[in-house]
Amino acid sequence: MSEVRQPFLELKGVTKRFGQFTAVADVNLAISEGEFFTLVGPSGSGKTTMIRMLVGMDRPTSGEMILQGKVINDVPANKRPTCMVFQSLALFPHKSVGENIEFSMKIAGVDAGTRRKRANELLEQLRLPLDYYDKGVNQCSGGERQRIALARALAFDPQILFFDEPLSALDFRLRKTLEKELKDIHRETGKTFVYITHSLEEAMVMSDRIGIMREGRIVQVGKPHEIYNEPVDKFVAQFMGEVNTLDVEADGADRVKDLASGMSYAVAKMPAGFTRGNLIIRPEVMKIGKGAADMPNKVEGVLFNDYALGSRIQYQVRSTTTDMQWLVERLQDEPYEGGLDDTVAIGWRPEDSILVSE
Amino acid sequence: MAGGKAERHGDHVSWFRQPGVLAALPVSLFLLVGFAGPLLMVIGYSFMPPRTFSLDQAPTLANYVSVVTDSYYLSFVWSLWLAVVTVVLLFLICYPIAYGMAKLFGRWANLVTAAVAIPILISENIRLFGWVLILLKNGIFDGTMQTLFGVSVSGLLYTVPAIIFGLVYVYLPFMLFPLVIGITMIPDALKEAASDLGASRWQIFREVELPLAMPGIMIGGILTFILVLGSLAESKILGGQVIVMISDDIESAFTFAQNWPKGSVLSVLLLALSGLIVFVLFRRIDLDRIIGRR
Repeated sequence: MSEVRQPFLELKGVTKRFGQFTAVADVNLAISEGEFFTLVGPSGSGKTTMIRMLVGMDRPTSGEMILQGKVINDVPANKRPTCMVFQSLALFPHKSVGENIEFSMKIAGVDAGTRRKRANELLEQLRLPLDYYDKGVNQCSGGERQRIALARALAFDPQILFFDEPLSALDFRLRKTLEKELKDIHRETGKTFVYITHSLEEAMVMSDRIGIMREGRIVQVGKPHEIYNEPVDKFVAQFMGEVNTLDVEADGADRVKDLASGMSYAVAKMPAGFTRGNLIIRPEVMKIGKGAADMPNKVEGVLFNDYALGSRIQYQVRSTTTDMQWLVERLQDEPYEGGLDDTVAIGWRPEDSILVSE
Repeated sequence: MAGGKAERHGDHVSWFRQPGVLAALPVSLFLLVGFAGPLLMVIGYSFMPPRTFSLDQAPTLANYVSVVTDSYYLSFVWSLWLAVVTVVLLFLICYPIAYGMAKLFGRWANLVTAAVAIPILISENIRLFGWVLILLKNGIFDGTMQTLFGVSVSGLLYTVPAIIFGLVYVYLPFMLFPLVIGITMIPDALKEAASDLGASRWQIFREVELPLAMPGIMIGGILTFILVLGSLAESKILGGQVIVMISDDIESAFTFAQNWPKGSVLSVLLLALSGLIVFVLFRRIDLDRIIGRR
């Protein structure tokens, strides 16, 4: 479509201060209709404050939040056409599964027959048995309670559905299942989802776009592969998982010098105006042993530890010249040919490293 | 333990040597002598002929009949009515205070707690006589009003409203503190979720807050209801002779009238009434479900 659409939800310079403390600082963001947008950040990054402002439980100190062209800063939570799935789920313990799902419709004065019909549709859509309608919410399992909370929010028919880390308390396998279900629900309903989490991995699985928050600011916004391949700084790169990070400075054309060891390494492309920064190399692009022999960038070290990570094996190599501990990963079925305490060469190709300015 | 095989497994130990039974023995004896015994005696006396002081007479229902014929039931009605009015007033007064203490006052809640709790340390009768001095004709309140505004407010004492005031004043902590606990147990996220789903303040109160605070409300309500039902000092000290509450009748029967069977029958009826009310209320309201244990 060629028509230029205005953003569905737009944030302009949104700031929230609590006394001297700035929880959210000058956040600018545009989210389009039907998008699955995830805000990711460590605890204390301001993402919870952000979402509380978006649903209307906190007010921004300054800036504007615009939903479909209307400023919603002063619209109270119960008048906003948005809805949230809480971290604690906040299911009403004194109401049955059906009464929980129907809550917003009851408040809106929808008649009992219509409510019941919609509740049954939602139970079905979320793969919950229909006879759960009369069950107490505390009799349901963790995964079922997640689905009930989602059904309750969907019953409100919100223009935007917010999620405050609802999956964080679940075990790994259940979380993985629900991540996929949530993505399916997003596709089926076509609604705009705004999700917050501290797990970038979770964000990667589900999101169309991801915003990374740190100390109240959004430091990078992009599609999952953009964030993965082109992190803007060390913080974002390290947030992605374990990486090898070197403090480096420019050292001639397409070369950088490691400040700790004094070694010079080739990089694929030097950003314009680069002087100092970080060279980031992911463990999975590092080579060890024979594979490292013909790498343009090489380091020597002692292999002192190996960990099985399921499909991969991680090796820890201590540099012979500095106290740097390198991480190298290989696939489970292609393990390193030598053993622990070997002095080995490790290396990487210039195009596999990421150079970011400080 | 030097015991043989049998003592190694709990189910083989004779019941009277189980640690639970042994530990419960002192308190069981105490309850038997101090609670069950007197209670049984009172029930026994209620079937004895009027004005007798022994339990070996032929049982009779005369005392039960006289409750109706001598219009003692009026005292029951007054006590019940005052209990209902007091509980309703206490709920209306205490809910906002309890809400503030649980959610709004922060550190100041301790001050309110102290202000409410400290007067309990002073005898109820002494506090009530204090109020007599205040409400008395030409007393502190009346005198102040006369001096400052030239208006006399002399008819305050020895009225039913004065009794109700005294009951509300004395039993306020017994409603307030259970309510504080009840309201504290409501997670803020539930109210936020209700608001997020479109509920107004009133709807949040009705749909979420009130049902979830119900354990506290029930405990406060039942506690104060039973206390008022058995109260005596407020109607005597602040009410004078304006009405007679049931405990007043019971006291007179045992002391002044020396009619133990009459006092016993009134006591038995009061106990049965209180028991019935508590039983019915607790049956109707499923506390476990409200608290979320089921």
